Amino acid sequence: MAEPTIPPAPPEPPPGRAKVHMTLDVNGERQEVAFAPHKTLLEVLREDMALTGTKHGCELGECGTCTVMVDGQPVLSCLVLGLECEGARIETVEGLASASGPHPLQVAFADLGAAQCGSCTPGFLMAAKALLDQDPAPSRDTLKEELGGNLCRCTGYLKIYEAIEWAAGTLRGEHPASPLQPGATAPHVHGEGCRHG
Amino acid sequence: MMRLPAFAYRAPTTPAEVARVLASDPAAMVVAGGTDLYPNMKRRHQQPKTVVALRRVQALRGIQWHADGSLTLGAGETLRAVERDPGVEARLPALAHAVRTISTPLLRNMGTIGGNVCLDTRCNYYNQTWEWRRAINFCMKCDGDTCWVAPSSPRCWAVNSSDSVPVLVALGATARLVGPQGERTLPVAALFRNDGIAYLTKARDELLVSLTIPAQGSARSTYRKVRRRGAFDFPVASAAVRVRMDGERVAAADIVLNAVTSAPVVATEAQQALLGQRLDEATIAAAAEKAARLAKPLDNTDHLAAWRKKVVQVEVRRALESLRA
Amino acid sequence: MAEPTQPAQPAPARKPRRIVGTSYRKVDGMMKVTGQTRFADDLVLPRMLTAKILRSDVAYARIVSIDTSAAEALPGVKAVLTGKALPIPFGILPVSQDEHALCPDVVRFVGDPVAAVAAVDEETAFEAIQRIKVTYEKLTPVFDPEEAIKNAVPPLHAYGDDGNVHKRVSMQFGDVDGALAKSDLVLEDTYFFEGNTHLPMEQHATLAWQEPDGRLTVWSSTQTPHYLHRSLAKVLQMPPSRIRVVACPNGGGFGGKSDPFNHELVVAQLSRMTNRPVKVTLTREEVFYCHRGRHPVLMKARMGLTKDGRITGLHFQSLLDGGAYGSYGVASTYYTGALQTVTYQVPTYRFDGVRTFTNKPPCGPKRGHGTPQPRFALEVHLDKAAQRLGIDPADLRLRMLQPAHSVTANWLRVGSMGLGPCIEKVVGGSRWRERRGKLGRDAQGRRRGLGLACASYICGAGLPIYWNAMPHSGVTLKLDRGGGVAAFCGSTDIGQGSDTVLAACVAEVLGISLGHVRVVVSDTDLTPVDLGSYSSRVTMMSGNAAIQAAERARELLAKAVSARLGVPESRLAFAEDRVFDVEDATRGVTFPEAVVLAESRFGTIATVGSYTPPPTPGAYRGAGVGPSPAYSYSAAVVEVAVDEDTGRVDATKVWIAHDIGESINEMLVLGQVEGSVYMGLGEALMEEMAYRGNRFGVHKIPSLLEYKSPTTHEMPEVVTYIVKDPDPNGPFGAKEVGQGPLLPIMPAVANAVFDAVGVRVDEVPITPDKVLKALEARDRRYGPTSYPDLRITETMRVLTPAEGGDGKGPDARRERKPGAKEGSPR
Repeated sequence: MAEPTIPPAPPEPPPGRAKVHMTLDVNGERQEVAFAPHKTLLEVLREDMALTGTKHGCELGECGTCTVMVDGQPVLSCLVLGLECEGARIETVEGLASASGPHPLQVAFADLGAAQCGSCTPGFLMAAKALLDQDPAPSRDTLKEELGGNLCRCTGYLKIYEAIEWAAGTLRGEHPASPLQPGATAPHVHGEGCRHG
Repeated sequence: MMRLPAFAYRAPTTPAEVARVLASDPAAMVVAGGTDLYPNMKRRHQQPKTVVALRRVQALRGIQWHADGSLTLGAGETLRAVERDPGVEARLPALAHAVRTISTPLLRNMGTIGGNVCLDTRCNYYNQTWEWRRAINFCMKCDGDTCWVAPSSPRCWAVNSSDSVPVLVALGATARLVGPQGERTLPVAALFRNDGIAYLTKARDELLVSLTIPAQGSARSTYRKVRRRGAFDFPVASAAVRVRMDGERVAAADIVLNAVTSAPVVATEAQQALLGQRLDEATIAAAAEKAARLAKPLDNTDHLAAWRKKVVQVEVRRALESLRA
Repeated sequence: MAEPTQPAQPAPARKPRRIVGTSYRKVDGMMKVTGQTRFADDLVLPRMLTAKILRSDVAYARIVSIDTSAAEALPGVKAVLTGKALPIPFGILPVSQDEHALCPDVVRFVGDPVAAVAAVDEETAFEAIQRIKVTYEKLTPVFDPEEAIKNAVPPLHAYGDDGNVHKRVSMQFGDVDGALAKSDLVLEDTYFFEGNTHLPMEQHATLAWQEPDGRLTVWSSTQTPHYLHRSLAKVLQMPPSRIRVVACPNGGGFGGKSDPFNHELVVAQLSRMTNRPVKVTLTREEVFYCHRGRHPVLMKARMGLTKDGRITGLHFQSLLDGGAYGSYGVASTYYTGALQTVTYQVPTYRFDGVRTFTNKPPCGPKRGHGTPQPRFALEVHLDKAAQRLGIDPADLRLRMLQPAHSVTANWLRVGSMGLGPCIEKVVGGSRWRERRGKLGRDAQGRRRGLGLACASYICGAGLPIYWNAMPHSGVTLKLDRGGGVAAFCGSTDIGQGSDTVLAACVAEVLGISLGHVRVVVSDTDLTPVDLGSYSSRVTMMSGNAAIQAAERARELLAKAVSARLGVPESRLAFAEDRVFDVEDATRGVTFPEAVVLAESRFGTIATVGSYTPPPTPGAYRGAGVGPSPAYSYSAAVVEVAVDEDTGRVDATKVWIAHDIGESINEMLVLGQVEGSVYMGLGEALMEEMAYRGNRFGVHKIPSLLEYKSPTTHEMPEVVTYIVKDPDPNGPFGAKEVGQGPLLPIMPAVANAVFDAVGVRVDEVPITPDKVLKALEARDRRYGPTSYPDLRITETMRVLTPAEGGDGKGPDARRERKPGAKEGSPR
């Protein structure tokens, strides 16, 4: 058991509604930001940093839509104080793609129909990213368990599993990022008794 | 967007400091993972003026196995850390399982074991927004006078909905509290009171610092949780059962129900009925029937109360059956 | 360019399709996976204010007074609005204009909007609405339809058929009683379908901005920008030409964003009052109050059959609990009776439907609109009939299929009909014949069973919501000299992929790759009208309009290229971003060159296409609900495991076949089928709108935690079969898939429970307590046992095609033609 790390002291919030001023590390960029001390990370990202890629569905921890990664762990940004994120490494959907292109998860989600309306998608992507960082080849049961905290009303989850599995294969170097490009054997994109689940 | 009300924020570093802040500020509440308090604050049914964050208190951390086989869990350890600890999985599988059934992986990355033990009691007349509660003229637990679950009742019937509590009680765990007057240790079972409002015996300026689970020897235990979905949902009935056999006969038995009233219920009569018996069908059925009699579910959670009462018996029976092998 | 609309024909066989029928990334796919799609709540404008709405905390009351002074005095509050300022009512149907932006005098359910505030931020607005004091004079609320009928003092609305009866319908096609009297078996039973809601992950949001020149722009998460446009003009008393509505991509809709909503009107008015942009984003609880979800429906089916398994007649009755407002309810009522006839031959048919007002959030159109409830009853009823007749339920259905290209007893014209192959697929895949009734127990000791059910759904309504003779969908194409094609259409992408369908239809016709097509959608200033993303109409209607516009552009290009190459137009092929001679592919030009040639010859290249559904054969009163250019068909087999001790039912595997006609994008078709299975399982097993009648009618569980949407743990394996029976009316033969595949799931689950444990749960959701009660019941059944006398005194008689009828009812002369989708105006 590693020695527990104790987070640094957050800035002492001023009394009342005055804003705290602090530096947040979001997607590898350190940005100064000022916000009311009772704002959640979700609100700070969307309203004070213009990072609206993180969506929300309840703000009560009941849907997983607002999932971001903090220090490598997927968490519900609606229940984290922005104030407590000083010194933390925050990753949002905006940080998934790099200058060299989209993350394999993004390619697979787009190409395999894992994003329908797209509202839950950023949360699923971040939960999936965190999972693949820990487990490069998750079983279907692991996917069900680890994504159990993200609700989707469009897909029935099946195409999400397939996209994550495909992206995991890409990250393991087994096949190209796009399941639709020539030579790739795409899972289940044609409708003759195709199995999902 | 549901938003938090404004509050003062404190982040002390020692339990004693936390206790001092709580003692000096009657409108202060502690927060660990935030997964219980913050939704309640957003709905305005818990409104501390001061939030005392526990995240910087080193003394709440640690998962420590002792030479005698007992385990001390820092109350501030995340549920994830507990369920992923190889020792917990190997030696206390019922606890690992119970923790894994809590809400969702995302929430367990944030919520703590101490937070789950102290989880505010729940009721679907109470866990609602201020506007919603105004429409029912509020309830006894917050801002009102009547317990709508049982309108003639002098007490609140909000439900203890913790998954870890019944297992900790069944395993004989103790809790260490630190308050302004110093510290004390008591059985986890003694932490709870069957009252939806004053559901903890802990004083409000006492801090739960750690939980110690004794070595289990040859005892086997299990946890069964009833809920609608495989994630998110709180239990609507649950049973933690521990049995130690002496040969083919029961030498010790612990049966603890939860989510059927405001506190975990130790089914003493059912436990007695098992002692010295073989775990045969009739013995199990009799014990399950005795245990279920203690369940008093009311209409304030998901699922029908009458159905919950029925399945308590089924779940206790199945728990005992699973420990037979 | 106004020409009579012809249904598009499938492209000639000699031209192989390159896009249609394959799977490919959605045109908005990368935006969605990078989080860059701008949903309404993601929009921010300079000087933007935030609005909050004060909602009624009583179920039914007269508003005596509203004191807003304390709210107005709060620093940061910029405007306070009450209902008196916007007295003009609105509603989606012309006959049900019964809603207000804010209730001016009466509140009808807990959650009804009463006042609104625009403030510098949401916290201030929240604080302000809490300072508004409303004095109510309480009235006696009613929470269920029978109570509403008995105790209409005072009725919720001053319009409707009588008291709290919003709509009463009774119609008969052929002699049902006579047919039943001659039947070998007459089966009668009652069923109940509980209400449930859409629960899109995105909470409704709207941003309105009255620009300095007085023009108003409204960005909203709406499935129907055109109807919102009309409602804004009506309520705000503004010329429509001064209002622009932009439907943002919807973060899920499922019908829940199909009505014009009070919050949309409220922020528009607040923007006009403040001359600043105003945004509102509803909380999840408020989304439950918007509702418009599945009506709770009590039903009674009386069916006659011959011993060899043919239906002789059906009398179907439905009682709908409409909630507090009309919404689409008149159409919903008709829909509980309209589509029973398009799956199986029903030679004589009677339908009686009643919709009542109650003091609960209004019901409306959820995925399948009005059809899942009667489909549940009918498919369970057939399962019982099969058992009584000793015929395999799959065989029974195969014997009675409605033929393709036929007209039903209630005058619906069926086109392509692939239900037979759908049944064969799921029967084969599930090994139905070998496994049904023989599955025994699983490893956990649960009893397993298989159930089968079928369904059909419309591909767009044959008639518009408000009477008019204009197209239902329009597309404008603009071709750029660089080869880019912009497609403009009023259609709204709610996740179903309508943007992709639009681009694909254009690209397929013009032989260009999808990357060269830019879609511009759902903007009333920029795009031709499309009526909206409802009734599974978008692929059918915008697809056909897109094909027409693209064919017209192709014709212009072909003329110009033909002149340049000296090749007859008929020999020119459009493929692979080129236009070339089919007999010598080396002779040709690139697509951009073709555009340059055409523009040089004809001037700027822009074309239009539009679509109006074909006329419908029925002309009786009420014939406006049910007709469609085509019908999709689905069949499903669900396998369940039932815990006899707890009553818990888990769906463990689903086989589903869907007759899509042709798939424009196969991957999207599969996604719609799987999503429908998911939503259907939620309805079958756990989702329900629950209210506390004993506590003033509050919604019992307005949260994502307590309204039970299935998680990853509840979703079983799904095997999907796409059946392609192209319909002559569909674009490239395509039919709908967004709604139909949901319909068979609920009855298939119920039938599977019967196969597993021999009990009938004639009610959804099939919750554990109901299964236990059925297991303990003497008659091994749980469900409603009686159907009330609803005082149906007059039944309209319509002769069937077989009787030599002409499709007109006895009151045909009084009927407006075409139209009156919602019945006659009052």
